[in-house]
Amino acid sequence: MEKLFVSGDEAVALAVRQAKPHVIAAYPITPQTIVVERLADYVEDGSLNSEYLYVESEHSAMSAVIGSAAMGARSFTATSSQGLLYMVEGLHYASGSRFPIVMMNANRSLAAPWNIYGDQRDSLSQLESGWIQLYVENVQEAFDTTIQAYKIAENADVMLPVMVNLDGFVLTHTYEPLIMTDQETVDKYIPFARYSNAMNLDDPVNTCITAGPTYNTEFRWQQQLATLKAAEVVDSADKEFGELFGRSYGGMVEAYRCDDAEVILVTIGSVTGTARVVCDAYRAAGKKVGLLKLRCARPFPTEKIAAIVKNAKAVGVLERDISFGFEGAVFSDLNSALKQQNVNVPTYNYVGGLGGRSISKENIAEIFDALLSGKAEKPLEFINLRRDINYGA
Amino acid sequence: MALNAKTLPNEELFYGHKACGGCGGALAIRLALKVLGKRSIAVIPPNCMSTVAFIYPHMPLFVNGIIPPFAATAAVMSGVLAGARALGEEDFHVVGFAGDGGTSDIGLQSLSGSIDRNDKQIFLCYDNEAYMNTGIQKSGLTPYGTKTTNSPAGKNIHGSTSPKKRIFEIVAAHGIPYAATANVGYPEDFLMKLEKAKNCDGPSFIHVMAPCPTGWQTPSDSLIDIGKEAVDCGLWYLAEYENGEFKLNKNPKEFTPLKDYIRKQGRFSHLDDDDLKHIEEERDATWARIRRDWVK
Repeated sequence: MEKLFVSGDEAVALAVRQAKPHVIAAYPITPQTIVVERLADYVEDGSLNSEYLYVESEHSAMSAVIGSAAMGARSFTATSSQGLLYMVEGLHYASGSRFPIVMMNANRSLAAPWNIYGDQRDSLSQLESGWIQLYVENVQEAFDTTIQAYKIAENADVMLPVMVNLDGFVLTHTYEPLIMTDQETVDKYIPFARYSNAMNLDDPVNTCITAGPTYNTEFRWQQQLATLKAAEVVDSADKEFGELFGRSYGGMVEAYRCDDAEVILVTIGSVTGTARVVCDAYRAAGKKVGLLKLRCARPFPTEKIAAIVKNAKAVGVLERDISFGFEGAVFSDLNSALKQQNVNVPTYNYVGGLGGRSISKENIAEIFDALLSGKAEKPLEFINLRRDINYGA
Repeated sequence: MALNAKTLPNEELFYGHKACGGCGGALAIRLALKVLGKRSIAVIPPNCMSTVAFIYPHMPLFVNGIIPPFAATAAVMSGVLAGARALGEEDFHVVGFAGDGGTSDIGLQSLSGSIDRNDKQIFLCYDNEAYMNTGIQKSGLTPYGTKTTNSPAGKNIHGSTSPKKRIFEIVAAHGIPYAATANVGYPEDFLMKLEKAKNCDGPSFIHVMAPCPTGWQTPSDSLIDIGKEAVDCGLWYLAEYENGEFKLNKNPKEFTPLKDYIRKQGRFSHLDDDDLKHIEEERDATWARIRRDWVK
């Protein structure tokens, strides 16, 4: 088995090469850039036989892959932050017309104030776009999830676009060991068949059509059913991947040391790695803490989360975003899910890691301590806040 | 064999739609698809034509069709083309039908990008000189003096007072293999240009005037006559850009009276003699320039 030492961006590019998309269209933006550079290298050296489109904007990148997917071709794009927002119009075209595009998003803060470093305000602001949203913890998972994304997107009962999210810099630019999958098995895992809803030169099809009040709700209902169905497929794609390649991630969520946990911290993305270390240290000290890693934010794993946390005394949600005037988006979703499932556990929201600020082991330890001591009171707290320059408080 | 009314295929590929009577845009698409044929993929951004062509389940477009984001007609065309090419398709045409705003305003960035990529696709701008689908608002190709619903003619605003963007020349400045202007009032010239675009081995662009009786406040049976008159009075020219050279297809010795063309249209009803004089001066300056530069 080939073992490499690569960055998150490079891992995504390597995975895309194995997925063999027919069309790649992407516009460069930090910290996604290395993905599109490597893919261009692969096309240049002949190791990837894709149409590589130089587009003039992210809006056109998304539009181009809408066109290629509408033609029934496997397609890939990648973006970040402002670029994702510039694509927003197209995100809804892609999901509404059921085009199984796969996109890598390098999670990065949003202007203003300008910032190129990581947080998850970009993708979490797009939970309503109809895309399946996956978040990964490390380089290996970035690679594996990119390949899984095609399996999920192109499932006949799903046919929806998938966004694979990597924390900007912390993951996109961090080098870690990567175990490569062999091409033959990948081909078997994601065989390509031209999409059933594609345009057809011998039997014309109209797509991205207009549906007025008489039909619109039914199109949306079908979209809702397909997105709910995707929950099963995210799990089964991960399971099948595990059987073929020996690695799997729990599907929608990973419950880490949660079985007898008194407090559980929900994490999204690369911060999970830091939280694992703290969790292990606390367990070693006899403190019953667990982690719930959210891999899939849409569809939302309502039942799974409820089942995992139902016996805990407190649940914290650590997220790198905020819906101003309210709370973190994931926290809202989690509370709604628990209410829906009649699980009544106190929940607390920790907002941090904005604009690239590190979340340290100490920060996470403080959260665990507060949750364990029953002293966590505030429903929402900005962690690691510099009070010395906080003029508003 | 030259394409004309006799040699044009009988098969209709765009019919049964809900466009207004005497719609220039619908005629332009109908003729274009007759030339390009059934193995076409039409990319039609949100405009009058996509509005009448794609309302599920009433589907009057008999070729493959897709509504792209408004700003991204040409980018979706590029993707369609790349996808088809990658899947080994042959013998097909990717065509965009964008209006004046969808070409010269919101669609300009992606049009520019697609020419830069040298994608073999046909971009047809049907120009009815305003955003008609949303109820007649000014676009970058609305001519001087036009009364629209957001450039009213009153004491303080005198209709739209900016000149038409020179979109044909903007496109030509990219060094595009083939670009042309046309007019539905001169159908044989338009068909000839569609045929050239079809056979062009790279990006091509046709800017066709497509009068809009509803927006121009003209009778619905006036479509062809008024289109023709726009050319004859010198407010529209028929030209090509090919192999790096501009060419005038029609260089009238004399223009028909501009006043006749203007006075027929409700959208110009507020214009006074000074306006007419201004329009005439602008017209003459344009012709002096293009005759100097484009006629060998």
